[in-house]
Amino acid sequence: MSVSQTESIEDIKARNKALIAEVLEIYPEKTAKRRAKHINVHESGKSDCGVKSNLKSVPGVMTIRGCAYAGSKGVVWGPIKDMIHISHGPVGCGQYSWAARRNYYIGTTGIDTFVTLQYTSDFQEKDIVFGGDKKLHKIIDEIQELFPLNNGISIQSECPIGLIGDDIEAVSKVKSKEYGGKTIVPVRCEGFRGVSQSLGHHIANDAIRDWIFDKLPADQPPRFESTPYDVAIIGDYNIGGDAWSSRILLEEMGLRVIAQWSGDGTLAELEATPKAKLNVLHCYRSMNYISRHMEEKYGIPWCEYNFFGPSKIAESLRKIAGFFDDKIKEAAERVIAKYQPLMDAVIAKYRPRLEGKTVMLYVGGLRPRHVIGAYEDLGMEVVGTGYEFAHNDDYQRTAQHYVKDGTIIYDDVTGYEFEKFVEKVQPDLVGSGIKEKYVFQKMGVPFRQMHSWDYSGPYHGYDGFAIFARDMDMAINAPVWKMAQAPWKVVPKPTLLAAE
Amino acid sequence: MTQNADNVLDHFELFRGPEYQQMLANKQALFENRRDPAEVERIREWTKTPEYREANFAREALTVNPAKACQPLGAVFVAVGFEKTIPFVHGSQGCVAYYRSHFSRHFKEPTSCVSSSMTEDAAVFGGLNNMIDGLANTYSMYKPKMIAVSTTCMAEVIGDDLNAFIKTSKEKGSVPEEFDVPFAHTPAFVGSHITGYDNAMKGVLEHFWDGKARTVPALERVPNESINFLGGFDGYTVGNLREIKRIFDMMGVEYTILGDNSDVWDTPTDGEFRMYDGGTTLEEASNAVHAKATISMQEFCTEKTLPFIANHGHETVAFNHPVGVAGTDRFLMEVARITGKEIPEELTKERGRLVDAIADSSAHIHGKKFAIYGDPDMCLGLAAFLLELGAEPTHVLATNGNKAWAQKMQELFDSSPFGANCHVYPGKDLWHMRSLLFTEPVDFLIGNTYGKYLDRDTGTPLIRIGFPIFDRHHHHRRPVWGYQGGMNVLITILDKIFDTIDLNTNVPGKTDYSFDIIR
Repeated sequence: MSVSQTESIEDIKARNKALIAEVLEIYPEKTAKRRAKHINVHESGKSDCGVKSNLKSVPGVMTIRGCAYAGSKGVVWGPIKDMIHISHGPVGCGQYSWAARRNYYIGTTGIDTFVTLQYTSDFQEKDIVFGGDKKLHKIIDEIQELFPLNNGISIQSECPIGLIGDDIEAVSKVKSKEYGGKTIVPVRCEGFRGVSQSLGHHIANDAIRDWIFDKLPADQPPRFESTPYDVAIIGDYNIGGDAWSSRILLEEMGLRVIAQWSGDGTLAELEATPKAKLNVLHCYRSMNYISRHMEEKYGIPWCEYNFFGPSKIAESLRKIAGFFDDKIKEAAERVIAKYQPLMDAVIAKYRPRLEGKTVMLYVGGLRPRHVIGAYEDLGMEVVGTGYEFAHNDDYQRTAQHYVKDGTIIYDDVTGYEFEKFVEKVQPDLVGSGIKEKYVFQKMGVPFRQMHSWDYSGPYHGYDGFAIFARDMDMAINAPVWKMAQAPWKVVPKPTLLAAE
Repeated sequence: MTQNADNVLDHFELFRGPEYQQMLANKQALFENRRDPAEVERIREWTKTPEYREANFAREALTVNPAKACQPLGAVFVAVGFEKTIPFVHGSQGCVAYYRSHFSRHFKEPTSCVSSSMTEDAAVFGGLNNMIDGLANTYSMYKPKMIAVSTTCMAEVIGDDLNAFIKTSKEKGSVPEEFDVPFAHTPAFVGSHITGYDNAMKGVLEHFWDGKARTVPALERVPNESINFLGGFDGYTVGNLREIKRIFDMMGVEYTILGDNSDVWDTPTDGEFRMYDGGTTLEEASNAVHAKATISMQEFCTEKTLPFIANHGHETVAFNHPVGVAGTDRFLMEVARITGKEIPEELTKERGRLVDAIADSSAHIHGKKFAIYGDPDMCLGLAAFLLELGAEPTHVLATNGNKAWAQKMQELFDSSPFGANCHVYPGKDLWHMRSLLFTEPVDFLIGNTYGKYLDRDTGTPLIRIGFPIFDRHHHHRRPVWGYQGGMNVLITILDKIFDTIDLNTNVPGKTDYSFDIIR
C-alpha cells in the first residue's frame, strides 16, 4: 500500500500540500482559516513544524482531545498508588477513566494501594445547589475510617467545582490539620480549564509543588542515605510496565532510581525526589514543569531521554551517563553491549517483514516524536504525525530531532481530517487511540493503539522493544487484512499482457 | 536477561523474571515507605468482617466503585440509533472523549460524537457561540441528517438554554431552519446514564411529534396497527435488537424500533468506514406517533418517555429487561395481545428448546446462590431468570436503582420460594458488594467487567453479563432477550459453573477424583 518509493521528495510535498488544501475545503470559511494554521508539510531545516498549537479546539469538529481533569487525575496523579484520588463532582469522569490507562503497580488493591479503585463524590443536584464542601469533609472522614492505610488523598476537581465556588483548598487544610498533617492535595483541574489535557498536567505539577514539596518539614529525616548516583524517573506512567523496563536499565548502569513519577509511584517517592542528583524526563510535555521547578529550587539538573528502540535507547543511556563519572559511562556501554545481541535478533527477525512500511501517528505527550526512532530501527518510515495537546516546544523537538522532510504534521487533528489523510496517503499502519482504532480498521488499515499499547507493552527499554517489534509485525502482517474485501467484490485489475 | 526474540515475553511473564522481581523488591524496601506487611494483612482481614461491613454500609458521602455512569452517555447511546444522526454534546470537550472511548471499549466499534468544546470563557459568558460555531462545523463536515444535542454538567451548572441556543444558531445560519436538532438537558448530577437515555429519547420524540420546538404544527395522531419498541440503555443492543426484529418479523408485527443502534455498532470491516449505518429513519421517528402502542423493554430507562408517549394516546407497556422463559412468555403474549398477531409455532418450539435446556442443566444451578449488580431493569430480568432456574439471587444491587425499583425487586423475591433469603440494595456501590460477598458469601457473581476485582478479592467467580464488558470480546453481538437470548444467558452461566467445578477438582492425586469427564 505504500506510496511508490520512486516518488521524489518534492512530489511528496506537493501531494501532501494539495491534500491539506483539499481537506480544508470541507470547512466553513472561518473554521478553514483556523484549522489551516494547525496543519503543515514539514520542511527540513526549519526550527519547528510550522503549525500553531495549544489553542482552543474548534467546536463541533470532533477533536480527539480530552480535558484538564484527564491530564491531572488520568495522567499525573492517578498512578500514585498509595494515595486515594477522589474524582470530585458527578460520577461520570471517574467512571470513564476508571482503570483505563493501564498504570501498572504492585500493592494490595483497596488496602494499601488504590490505583484501580474509583473514588467519587457522586455529586447530586443538592451538592450543586448548596455546594460540596461539607460532603468533601465527610468523604475524607469516611476514607480515613474505611481505608486507614492510605498515605494521602488528592481531590481531583471536575467541572462543577470551580463553577459553584467550592473552597476545596480550605477543606484540605482543615482536614489535613485534623489528621495530624496528613497530605491532602486539592487540585483545580476542572475540565473546562485550558484547551486540552495539557493544562491539567501543569496544574497537577503545581499541586505537587505547593501541597507536597512546600509542605515538607525542613527537619524531616531522610528515609535513606543519599548516593551520588541517585536519579528520579519523571514522566513515565508505567503503562504496561514501561517504567519497570526503563528502571532496570538505569539500575544496570549503576544508577539508583529513588523515585518513579508517577507510574507505580508513591507519596514517599515524590517527597524524596528533591534529593535526586538528576531527574531523567521521559514525557516532557506532562512533567517539564516540575522538573524546571526542581532545577530552580533544588538545583537538580534534568535530562530528556527516549527509551523507544535501540538507537534512541543507546543515545539516551550515553546522554544520561554523561552527567556522571566514568564508572557510570563505562557501565552504560556495558548495558548497551549486553542487549545488543537481543536487539540484533529482534531486528533480524522483524525488519525483513516491516522494511519500507509507512506509519501515520496521532497521539499525546511524547509519542508522536519519541516512537519514530523505534519504527526506523525496524526499517519503517513515519509519513505523518501530530499531537493532541503539544505546545510549540514539542513541535521544535519534533522538527529538530525526529521528522523527515515532507512529513504531514497535524495538530489537534479532527476526525474528518485524520480519516482523509489516511485514506489518501494509505499508510501501512496507523498508531493512535481507542477512538480512532476501529475507524481505520474498518478501512482495512492495520492499527495499534499508542496510548495503551493496545493492552500489550511494555514498549520502553530493550525488553519493551522486542514486544513493540512483535506487535507492529502482528498488526501489519495479520492475515485478516487480506480478507477485508469479499472475493466477488474485488475489481479485477487490468490484465498485463506483457510477459514479466 | 529475561526477554527473548524467539519467544517474546509479554508483560504478564516478563516481570516475573528474577531480575525484575529483585528490582521491584528493592524499590519497595528502600523507597516506597511501605506499610508493614503484617499490618496490611490485618487490615485486609478486617475488611472481610461484619464490623467492616457495618461501617462500610454507614457511608453517607463517599462512593467507591459505582456501577453507573452519567446522563450524557445515555444521550449519546440514543442519538446514534437514528439515521445519519450525530450526537452533539454541549459543554466541556473531555466528556465526549470519554463517552466515545467508553463505547468503543465495549463494542469494539467507532463511536462518532462531537462536542461544543466550551472552555473558561464560555464558563463566564455562556456557550452560545460554541453552539453556533459547533453546529455549523458539524453540519458541513459530517453531513448529518440530524444533530441530537445533549449537555455536560458544565453547561448545566452555568444554565445554558438549549432551546434558545439552537433557535439562535438557526437564525445565524449554522444549520438550515428546517434541519432537525432535537435536544435534551442531561445534567450528570441527576440520575445516571439510564436517565440520560430517557431524557434524550423523550427529546427526540418530542421534537418530531410536538412541532419541532414550535416551528411546525404538532403531528395529528392517526392510529395505525404498528407498535413502537424501546430497548432502553443496553450493552447487548446489537444482538438484542436483531433478535427482537427477528421475533417481530416471525410474528408479522408492524413495528418501529426507536433508536436502533444495532447497525452503527456492528459495521463490517470491508475497506469502508461507515460513520452512520442503519438507524431509525427520521420519517419512522415521526410516524411513530401514529402507532397503536409502545413497548419499553426497560421501565427504569423510560420513566419519562413512556408517560410522554402515553399522553399521545398510545397504549404503553413496560417490561423489566425480560430474560428467560416466563419473562419472554409475558413479552410475547403482550405483543400478541396488542397486535392481534399469533405467536408462531416456531417460537413455541424455541421456547420448548429453552425449557429443554433448563431441564437438562438445572441440577447444576438449582440452589446455587448468586449476587447480581447492574442497571435496575437488567437486575430484575436476571433475578427472575435465576428464580425460575431454582437459583437464589441472594444480593441484587443497582447503584442507579431507586426505591420503586427496590420495591419491585422485593415483590419478585416474595413471588418465589427461592427468593426467601434474597436482599435488594438500591443506591449501593461495588465496595458495598465487596463486604456482602465476604460476610454473606454466594457461589457466583453476575456483573460487568469491573466485577473482576470482586472476583479477585473475594474469590466469587464472575459471570460477565452487563455493561461495560471491556475484557471479553463480542458478547454484545449475542442477544440476551427472547428464548434464544435466554439460552445464551443459560450457557454463559453454565460455562462458568462447570469451569469452576473443574478448577476446584484438578489437583492430581488430591482432588481430581471428581475431575469428571461427563458432567
